[in-house]
Amino acid sequence: MDLGPYLLFASLEGLVHAAVLSLIALGLSLVFGVMRIVNVAHGEFFMLGAILAWWISGFVFGSPAIGFLLALIIAPLIAGVIAMSSDWLILKHLKYDPEATIIATIGILYIIQQAVLMTFGPDARPVEQPFNYRLDLYWFGFSAYKFFVVFSAIILLFSVWLVMAKTKFGLILRATQLDSETAQAFGIPISTVYSLVFGVGAAIAAVAAVLIVPIQQAHYLMGGEPLLLAFIVVIIGGLGSLRGTVAAAVLIGMSDGIISVFFSPNLAKIIATLFVVIVLLIKPNGLFGSEKT
Amino acid sequence: MKRDLFIHLGAIALLFLLEILGIFSDYHQGNFARILVLTVYGIGYNVLFGYTGLLSLGHALFFSAGLYAAGLSIYHLDYNVGQALILAFCFSVLVSLVIGYLALRTVGVSFMIVTLMFSQIAYLCILYFGGITRGDEGIVIQQSSRVFLSLDLSDPTIRYYSALTVFSFCLVFNLWIARSSFGRVLIAIRENSDRALMLGYNVQLYKLLAVIISGTISGIAGASYGILFGYVGASFAAVPYSIFPLLWVLLGGAGTVLGPLIGAIFMFYLIDYASDVTDAYMIIVGIALLLVTLFARRGLLGELRYRFFPWIP
Amino acid sequence: MNKNNIINKNISRRKLMKGVAAAGSIAAMPGFVRYSQAASSAPIKIGFQVHRTGIGAAYGRWYDRTTQAAVKVINDGGGINGRPIEIVAEDDGTDPKRGAEALEKFANQHKCDVAFGTLFSHVVIGSAPRAGELKLPYFVVSEGHHVASGMLNRYTLQPGITDVKSQVQAMAPFVRNNLGKKVTMVYPDFAFGHDHRDYFSAAFEAQGGQILAKVPIPPTESSFSKYFPKIPRDTEVLYHVMVGPAVLTFVKELGEFYGNKSPKLFGFIDSVEAVDLSTPGLEFLDGSYFWEGNPRYAQSNQTEHDKFYRSAVGVDENGASVSDSKDVSTYAHMFGCWETLHIIKNGMEEAGYSGVGDRSKLIEAVESMSNMPLSQAHPQGAKIFNGKTHQTFGHQYITKMTNGKLVLAHTTSIEDTFYPDEVDYTQQSF
Repeated sequence: MDLGPYLLFASLEGLVHAAVLSLIALGLSLVFGVMRIVNVAHGEFFMLGAILAWWISGFVFGSPAIGFLLALIIAPLIAGVIAMSSDWLILKHLKYDPEATIIATIGILYIIQQAVLMTFGPDARPVEQPFNYRLDLYWFGFSAYKFFVVFSAIILLFSVWLVMAKTKFGLILRATQLDSETAQAFGIPISTVYSLVFGVGAAIAAVAAVLIVPIQQAHYLMGGEPLLLAFIVVIIGGLGSLRGTVAAAVLIGMSDGIISVFFSPNLAKIIATLFVVIVLLIKPNGLFGSEKT
Repeated sequence: MKRDLFIHLGAIALLFLLEILGIFSDYHQGNFARILVLTVYGIGYNVLFGYTGLLSLGHALFFSAGLYAAGLSIYHLDYNVGQALILAFCFSVLVSLVIGYLALRTVGVSFMIVTLMFSQIAYLCILYFGGITRGDEGIVIQQSSRVFLSLDLSDPTIRYYSALTVFSFCLVFNLWIARSSFGRVLIAIRENSDRALMLGYNVQLYKLLAVIISGTISGIAGASYGILFGYVGASFAAVPYSIFPLLWVLLGGAGTVLGPLIGAIFMFYLIDYASDVTDAYMIIVGIALLLVTLFARRGLLGELRYRFFPWIP
Repeated sequence: MNKNNIINKNISRRKLMKGVAAAGSIAAMPGFVRYSQAASSAPIKIGFQVHRTGIGAAYGRWYDRTTQAAVKVINDGGGINGRPIEIVAEDDGTDPKRGAEALEKFANQHKCDVAFGTLFSHVVIGSAPRAGELKLPYFVVSEGHHVASGMLNRYTLQPGITDVKSQVQAMAPFVRNNLGKKVTMVYPDFAFGHDHRDYFSAAFEAQGGQILAKVPIPPTESSFSKYFPKIPRDTEVLYHVMVGPAVLTFVKELGEFYGNKSPKLFGFIDSVEAVDLSTPGLEFLDGSYFWEGNPRYAQSNQTEHDKFYRSAVGVDENGASVSDSKDVSTYAHMFGCWETLHIIKNGMEEAGYSGVGDRSKLIEAVESMSNMPLSQAHPQGAKIFNGKTHQTFGHQYITKMTNGKLVLAHTTSIEDTFYPDEVDYTQQSF
């Protein structure tokens, strides 16, 4: 393929990647920003969303779009409820101590992953695309559904921003993020806020999973890779900065696609990883981070 | 003899006795040989995480640095075990010096990510240079090459003693660090690095030394693993092998000398028994992790130290 | 020197203690006496190393089912020398370290007679050194070239499935003569893919063909589209092989990228193993060719042996589970478990195997095997076993996807798969 169309193709692929990544990272960033904890189980909530999407769409006959829409509503709800209850049962009692939370969320990671293995088995599970339309862009074909993924992600990101910036709930979150003790002194029910945030973070990851699962299959080990990437995105973007998270997701998603144009695939992965290291070495607090951590 | 010295030398003596008296069955003898080598890895991790307070997510890099330095030099260059160990030691020092120097420009979560990324790069490089490393399939170090001072290291008893010897050296070294003024500076950095800086310590240098010691011990563990068990493969450089030492150390008790041993034994046998019960044996590991964090936050030994024996180093 | 002495002393002390303990237990424990009396009918324990978890799990599940079916058939037919087989299964987590631990458990904990199983090469290579040290015969069903390459040891054999080197080189003439002479290869960027890259390109160029480009895919990848533009435009044949949980994504994205304008496709069935071919988005595969170790769909010339094997394992004529038509088997690989277990049975009967002391006799008996005719024990087809390289050779099948089914287009001869020996394990001592 000529370089021009190739770059266009790689950019489109990178955009899809970036869209999904920014959603996953957004969930992680929200939890980190407000609660100051690292949720290592975040990738498993993503996986849970994907597996549930497959499970739910299996009940629905007729148009695959109905199953998909149903999954888009139910899967994040279930993932969110599971996350909230694990916060309530476990993390709360650890008083959100950073180290203890890491090890506890590793525990939650194993439990969710293995429970899915026991319940749904180890196979990769497909979900049918809600609509199957291949755009023929002369040099190559591209699935119209992938544009839908990008579009949905943008809408979701925008609504999260709206909630954060314009609503009272957003105000409470921002207050908690800035200074949880003072927020508590002003009568904000910190414990409830934390549970909600943990649930919402997981639900956003599950939404990302439902969006991606018609393109990639659901599998009980699928949570690892997005967790790593989301981690990188959150750190590069600067901890707790939503704007930075989205910018970093676009940067990493796109660069991953475009670097792969010029190098052999594995070398491209090495270079993209090195790129992350260099960014962090030059700006240890991330591109948009200011405070010390 | 001081009681802390007594406890640790006693632990080593106990491990010798178990073997001398033939108490181990063949199966547990093999398991303990493996556990002891992995504990060395845990000890290395503990120096950085438990004592200095730096959480690395990329220690598989150091483990595999030793593993591959030893394995490839035996495989391609016909080094003998002694030469391979020396090379692995030097290479581990070099790698941890370079990685430490770079990664310590960051702190906190960024440090976690930078170490993780370095480790990923190493993993991808092992795959990329598949012509030399045989990538994920890895290479086998033949039994005939695994001879040290005319001892056949693949013999189960000799393997056990070799693992125990490496373990004993590292444990005593770790104990020495914990009791030395150097170790106290590391702990001071863990507790409050700003204050340590104000007291006039070159915090950055101490941290770098901690990374080098930690990385080198991990590298020795890797080299020992490859030589004693005869296999060198890319899976040891992947993310789970960076997480395992963290788990052993946290389970056993971060910042305790015997913690990694207790954590490694606990986790090994937990998986061993759980896998007889269910395919999803990691779920039991997950539950155990939760129970430990909920009820023994400082790890098994750490909790004992906190409640009863504050003198344990 | 000093250390040397201590250790030697310790060994002898240890052995002494064991001897005393053993003598004591024989005298004291009623169970022990009963066992030795009943030894002739005690079960033969076969340690089964299986991918229950990890990336190989889809294969492991079917390896398990095939193994259980073969054991049932063998036991119903009187077992091995009148002794039933007992399978001791242990998950290897598709991880080399766990794989080695599983072998230790078989040998030392469960006192298994032999070990058997597993597919992924790195697990085999990580486990094999332990098999050699434990002196535990280790029969692998992996199709890797590791056994025949000479990197393993006398205790490791692969008698029930052909290796990737022979499979790949046998495909080259067919691709060259029927599909085209300019090939681009897409393969996973790790050792299994590298075997495809090296052995196919060598064999194909020897046929006068040309490899236009080689596109390796990083093993951690879950989305593949961005690599497809690297496939040159003048490619006549696209040779593809992929493994792992993301294979369906791989083929779907391939179809999306090309639509109906693709070059001719030749793939290893691994790319769609355990994948339901009626999944939406796979229609473009119609007319493309696949290598299959054993044809997934029952063919018009189906042998009675395949019929028997298929129904014993519980697979329907479309290669799916009889109880769930969406549950597609790994038919191209799993026959290896069935055949290997039958070979273990024959080997043990040949060697007059009575207990772990006869392990080396068992290996010698298997090494002396050569022709394995098509039969109930070998439903995939006739094989020729090379006792020196511990590797079997057999027919390979090329099928064409026609109306959603894979229809046999070509069967290679066994001779097509031969290559010069790279090792002689029989020269190694036990």
